[in-house]
Amino acid sequence: MVKSYRHPYIPNSDPEMKKIMLREIGIKKIDELYNDVPERFLLNRRLNLPNPVSEFKVKRHIESLLAKNRTCRDISIFLGAGCWPHYVPAVVENIVQRTELLTSYTPYQPEISQGMLQLLFEYQSMVCELTGMDVANSSLYGWASALGEAARMAMRLTGRQEILVPKIIHPERYATLETYIGPANMHARKVNYMKATGQLSLEDLEEKASSKTAAIYIENPSYLGFVETGGKEVAKIAHNNGALFIVGVNPISLGVLKPPRDYGADIVIGEGQPLGNHMNFGGPLLGVFACRGEMPMIRQMPGRIIGMTTTKSENRRGFCMVLQTREQHIRRQTATSNICTNESLCAAASAAYLALLGPKGLRELCEAIMLKSYYAMKRLSEIEGLRTPVFQTPHFQEFTVNFVNKRVRDVHEELLNNNVHGGKNISEEFHELGETALYCVTEIHSKTEIDFLADSLEKSLHRR
Amino acid sequence: MSDFRQAQWNEPILFELGHKGRRGYIVPEVEKPIKQEVGDVYTLLPEKMRRKSLPKLPELSEVEVVRHFTRLSQMNYSVDLGLYPLGSCTMKYNPRISDFLASLPSSTQLHPYQDEETVQGILELLHTLSKWLAEITGTKEVSLQPAAGAHGEFLGALIMRAFHELNDDLDKRTELIIPDSSHGTNPASATMAGFNTLVVPSDKTGCIDIDALQAAVSNRTAGLMLTNPNTLGIFEENIQEIAGIVHDAGGLLHYDGANLNAILGKVRPGDMGFDIVHINIHKTFGTPHGGGGPGAGPIGVSEQLEKFLPVPRIVNDGKSYRLDYERPHSVGKIRSFHGNVSVLLRAYAYILSLGAEGLKEAAEISVLNANYLVKKIRDLGAYELPYDAKRPRKHECVFSVKSLSKETGVRALNISKRLLDYGIHAPTTYFPSIVEEALMIEPTESFEKEELDRFVQALRIIAEEAKANPELILNAPQNTSVARLDEVKASHPRTMLLSWNAYVKRNV
Ligand SMILES: Cc1ncc(COP(=O)(O)O)c(C=O)c1O
Repeated sequence: MVKSYRHPYIPNSDPEMKKIMLREIGIKKIDELYNDVPERFLLNRRLNLPNPVSEFKVKRHIESLLAKNRTCRDISIFLGAGCWPHYVPAVVENIVQRTELLTSYTPYQPEISQGMLQLLFEYQSMVCELTGMDVANSSLYGWASALGEAARMAMRLTGRQEILVPKIIHPERYATLETYIGPANMHARKVNYMKATGQLSLEDLEEKASSKTAAIYIENPSYLGFVETGGKEVAKIAHNNGALFIVGVNPISLGVLKPPRDYGADIVIGEGQPLGNHMNFGGPLLGVFACRGEMPMIRQMPGRIIGMTTTKSENRRGFCMVLQTREQHIRRQTATSNICTNESLCAAASAAYLALLGPKGLRELCEAIMLKSYYAMKRLSEIEGLRTPVFQTPHFQEFTVNFVNKRVRDVHEELLNNNVHGGKNISEEFHELGETALYCVTEIHSKTEIDFLADSLEKSLHRR
Repeated sequence: MSDFRQAQWNEPILFELGHKGRRGYIVPEVEKPIKQEVGDVYTLLPEKMRRKSLPKLPELSEVEVVRHFTRLSQMNYSVDLGLYPLGSCTMKYNPRISDFLASLPSSTQLHPYQDEETVQGILELLHTLSKWLAEITGTKEVSLQPAAGAHGEFLGALIMRAFHELNDDLDKRTELIIPDSSHGTNPASATMAGFNTLVVPSDKTGCIDIDALQAAVSNRTAGLMLTNPNTLGIFEENIQEIAGIVHDAGGLLHYDGANLNAILGKVRPGDMGFDIVHINIHKTFGTPHGGGGPGAGPIGVSEQLEKFLPVPRIVNDGKSYRLDYERPHSVGKIRSFHGNVSVLLRAYAYILSLGAEGLKEAAEISVLNANYLVKKIRDLGAYELPYDAKRPRKHECVFSVKSLSKETGVRALNISKRLLDYGIHAPTTYFPSIVEEALMIEPTESFEKEELDRFVQALRIIAEEAKANPELILNAPQNTSVARLDEVKASHPRTMLLSWNAYVKRNV
């Protein structure tokens, strides 16, 4: 009588058990529990999906599907642009695979969720140490949405509706920004850069900044990999106009680069993926968000924040979510953001990663990255018909490569035939830069790989 | 029953651990010729941009790091430890095989900007998943990009904007209607997308008040956001009428997929008239919640809305899979790249494992389990089921402890805390707001009858305790890593501590 598909994930799918439970409820068939669904909406056919299969088959099927991919272990990949290849230590992988953390929900019941709460508090604290800011939240979806949220926060704080952004900005980040601010009648304006150095044009910025400006935003390192050196001056222009100064970072670079707070940042955002999270074809990401510690700012922050407190009897330390009156579940349509599920586990990975590296490890990692990327720039710049980096400015781990007489697309095809994946083609994004690609070199690239890249480029450009 | 004890490690904060000079990680080697060739990297950075002092991170050995986080993990309750009946959150089992597959280098080591030719496997997987999700939800096309349910809501509302804008109607259509029983993200997402929220009340049966909805719609209506079954676990049986009212007014319907688990393979949102459907992958498709995330919130849309989906779209041109950016009507980007891929991959494994039969079974058993609990908990006499108790619930049920609370002073919050003492996670409390002293219970299909019975027994004991010894409950929990925390102090500007640095400053 009781039809059933017994599945290992569904303990009560056994027909006998169903009968027992149905009897307790006082009905005969499970369908009776759906008898309030209008007949016409009940699906009277089987979903057009595969049949259930064994775990063995699931594994074989997905493994063979994924085997069609070529990963950065099969070929040398020199891509960055917002998602970066770094080594993820075994310890970090292991910690986030602990199912006590992995299979828990948002810590709504703090007393039984201290592990995750303390971890997130530690993450927030380390983000503060890196950026120099006072307060960090426990994650947003990614750098791009963090930018959208930061802009809206600046709008709420200043009552103004314009954000100035550098012309050299990741196009997907810019597009996301527009998506986030458009509905709030806020708009973004781009500020030009200096042709030789790529640096934000302070002159153009002065001209565009006004009493309408809610915030000025820069990225450091910039989308094209160079270090933006005018932070202090930008901060001054922002503050003289009563605007906030927002800085976007790749947090790894803060092992060698000045913390944004030291050059006047009010809000710091960024992409935490490189801190202990795999690339995963671009997701999940980890939106870093930190700001100054004044209450009016904190009250406008998006996202969850974890705080330290004590038990009511005050004899023990503990952690819980704080200032929830900013959030959607309490404040509903007047919440500072709609975010609920965030990227906590990625934040946990970052906490473990930073704990492993420590201050010296992070510094040494930055050094290793710069040594290798500078070496790559040096090797590549010896090739005729190629110019790198396009901008005469210090770089971190990414740099532009301009091809004088050849299309990036063609170079790319030839490299790929050689099992080398070149940088991101940015020729369409920045027409003024001509045929240009954005390359990324990190600590995972060996000298052999870099040399092979150089040789392959040489061949591609000078093939008879 | 109450001899549960959670681990209590008195674990210091990372910053209090370690010793100067210890290290937990050795950076990959840099070859000598590279060092010789490049020299001192610091001199490459302009003086004013160099970091002057090292960040104040702790200095720990690998051993200490592992021990610290292992101890922390032992002080965290999770689905793998037992029932996690958080209503609306669908805390079901997260299959190990899904995690295993998501950790394979053949997916973790892929860069989102790789040449399409080198990522055919993952593109095929994602493309197939989107087709499956379209079939499950009864929609035409699915975008996998949103990072969570709320992100999907935001995208849905943006698509409403784009739709009305194309009809030259956006200036007028400024209102998004939501029921008073809706989740907080619904109105918050409406605001993010530039709409005003118009709240319609529920009627005596806990469903949308049709007359109120009729009165609420107008030529200002952009759309309606609704979950069905609703947050009371009740199926909105007037859905056809609701859809008709909204569509006749020129609005669109967005389905909040938080409760999709109840109707997998039984009812499809698209068939009920929804134009936009978001899916909480981390709820319905068994991907781990990770202590708050990451999840994934794909959205499916009807044919007429497909052109508004974010770029790039994964398409198959007959020969291979491609990323299509040429979508002039697209709302653009809501994030970087293609979505939370490692989460989506787990969902693919989940659907593959269960198949059509298993998904339907999951829905049915989640509903069976919820109604079993309804019966058993009602029988205890101390907990009331407001809103038409005779009506079957779907995947969840919302009890009220109003009477018990009046009688004993023990509130829903206290009962939640006392449940922790029995080693069971608490239900969702005080949501939906239309139920006073609410305990919102969602067992999912993942827990066996014995575990459900244990939960009922705990509720029975707690009801007795409330009468005989309310202090016991008011002082709960005692068996968790920490006792009841002072959350007021935690959020008070004068006592608030949001970072280690703030703590150090406060305590000098
Ligand atoms: C009914 C309902 N809608 C929306 C959401 C938001 O989903 P997410 O947390 O994935 O953003 C939730 C989950 O918390 C929910 O329960």
